[in-house]
Amino acid sequence: MEDVVTKDPAQSAEELPPSETPWQESLRLFRKDRLALAGAYVLVLLLFTAVFGKVLTEWVVVFDPEVVRLPEKFLPPLTFSSTEEVPAHDRPFGGIYLLGTDELGRDVFARMLQGSFVSLSIGFIAVGISLAIGILLGGLSGFYGNVRLGLVTVDTLIMRFTDVMLCFPTFFLILTVVALLPPSIYNIMIVIGLTSWMGTARFVRAEFLALRKQDFVVAATSVGARDRRVIFAHMVPNAIAPVLVSATIGVATAILTESGLSFLGFGVQPPYATWGNILADGKGFIFDAPWLFFIPGLAILVVVLAFNLVGEGLREALNPKLRRR
Amino acid sequence: MDVKPSDRQPSGHAGPLLQVTNLKKYFPVRSGLLSKVSAWVKAVDDVTFDIEPGETFGLVGESGCGKTTVGRTVLRLQEPTGGDVSFEGRDLFAMDAKTLRATRRRMQIVFQDPYSSLNPRMTVGSIVGEPLKVHHLAKGRDLTERVCQLLNRVGLRPDHYPRYPHEFSGGQRQRIGIARALALNPKLIVCDEAVSALDVSIQAQIINLLKDLQAEYRLSYLFITHDLNVVQYLADRIAVMYLGKLAEVAPTATLFSDAKHPYTQALLSANPLPDPTIKHERILLPGDVPTPLNPPSGCWFHTRCPQVMEQCKTTDPPLIRIGKPEAAHNVWCHLYSG
Repeated sequence: MEDVVTKDPAQSAEELPPSETPWQESLRLFRKDRLALAGAYVLVLLLFTAVFGKVLTEWVVVFDPEVVRLPEKFLPPLTFSSTEEVPAHDRPFGGIYLLGTDELGRDVFARMLQGSFVSLSIGFIAVGISLAIGILLGGLSGFYGNVRLGLVTVDTLIMRFTDVMLCFPTFFLILTVVALLPPSIYNIMIVIGLTSWMGTARFVRAEFLALRKQDFVVAATSVGARDRRVIFAHMVPNAIAPVLVSATIGVATAILTESGLSFLGFGVQPPYATWGNILADGKGFIFDAPWLFFIPGLAILVVVLAFNLVGEGLREALNPKLRRR
Repeated sequence: MDVKPSDRQPSGHAGPLLQVTNLKKYFPVRSGLLSKVSAWVKAVDDVTFDIEPGETFGLVGESGCGKTTVGRTVLRLQEPTGGDVSFEGRDLFAMDAKTLRATRRRMQIVFQDPYSSLNPRMTVGSIVGEPLKVHHLAKGRDLTERVCQLLNRVGLRPDHYPRYPHEFSGGQRQRIGIARALALNPKLIVCDEAVSALDVSIQAQIINLLKDLQAEYRLSYLFITHDLNVVQYLADRIAVMYLGKLAEVAPTATLFSDAKHPYTQALLSANPLPDPTIKHERILLPGDVPTPLNPPSGCWFHTRCPQVMEQCKTTDPPLIRIGKPEAAHNVWCHLYSG
């Protein structure tokens, strides 16, 4: 018997560096971006505020946004409620108006809490609707674009429809539709969603057209994968990064649109509070009670800024061009 | 790697594994408001060859001559404009989607660019296992085990399984691509410039791997490359393409010692040799390759051919068969037509 030690060079146990998935890598890059990280913290805080706001203003009423206390109107922030003029059960939590009161003596803090949930849910649901439509139409156009339906191709049909939708001045379209429909928060979500999918559709299509030519997509076809698998296992995961970025910024846009609508009186109807209609109510008292104007304005500014910063941070963290190989 | 009997479809077919007859692929050029087709780019025009089981067939030519298009059209990854391809005696272009999917198990492709040919969001294990999964050949532990065997076979380690493509070097990525192509036990692998993107020492490793695999599984290769040294080492027969057409097909040794077509002669004379002391005569071709949008009349090479004759400009060159049938040497050139 010979004592032969066989050693295949590929089998020798060299140390492998720690493994990192593409998502982990993006997360690591995102964490390095301080502004984006700050934005992300603001958003997490907002999420908590919105959820607690919903619970504490509607289900377990600790902060009641609807109590009218006429003797205590136009109180500046951080004023204590005077016990003589207001009945005990109408007094704010802790006896203090954190953000002051408005022209009817309603607690602005409670109203802002209620509004945060409305703003955020409108943002998310509207963007959800627009993403669903955008990805579906963009994906169809990018993958099955060459299929002919009579005289025109699928691509022509979908993209010309997108162009037509882009021709409408969105805000006025929304105003018209909202004026015709009963004013409800759900109608607003749906209308914003239905009028903001065009950008998503366009670059999902672009992304799909580019990915279709990639060798790994061709390889998937050549090993016998069906269209469904090619689309959902190979193309969607590689096209999702820019969609995520635009969705983040889309939420900010939707919040702004809702605020704008409420400001003009076409949005969520009083007495239900949103940041937009608190702002609208406050604009008449800008010199007497500036907090009524500045608090919702500042809230909108901070949240929209946070969404945009996070969007920008994601764009950089997910962009393969900026990545090390 | 052990092969289950069910993986191999019995083919009682004798004769060439792949027969390509008059293959044509034209790309439309659209212009104007209504995107009417204003011209055709004749990327591949009347290409005819066949590949025997276990053979390596080299396809060489300069950039843009249609080599890659031939490879992709032969696998029907692109729809052909005309001609026939039969694989194991069955017409590939007449197949419906289901039969085509089943047939693709026996013909695979390895790509040029090891960076774009692997999905960056999938692990190596799922990339190599995907062919097995989509054809329902293995799942669960069985799948993992077979993927590890494949990784082993191409010189990677089973602990590379959960890693992502960006963590590998070019050579390793090409091995992953080869493992994926091998997963279904194909009979034919189209190597589309499979080693061109690698540096020379890695090239040698991959070429030797391909040779070993061929001996082990009796694979046929359609080896597309612009590197004459690589085909000389690997190929049994070589076809030379120019501007979408074949110029010459010959066994490797014959082609390198006795090239007939003036284009082949010029191509071979341009090939760098590793020994600087050997002096060889360069044949310099004047001008550039004409555009396939508007190819010259007659023989497409006549604008640059050093031995051009009057008839080359008007009539298509005939196919001239030289040598014995078992070592057929085909050349498309007027010089040898009597």
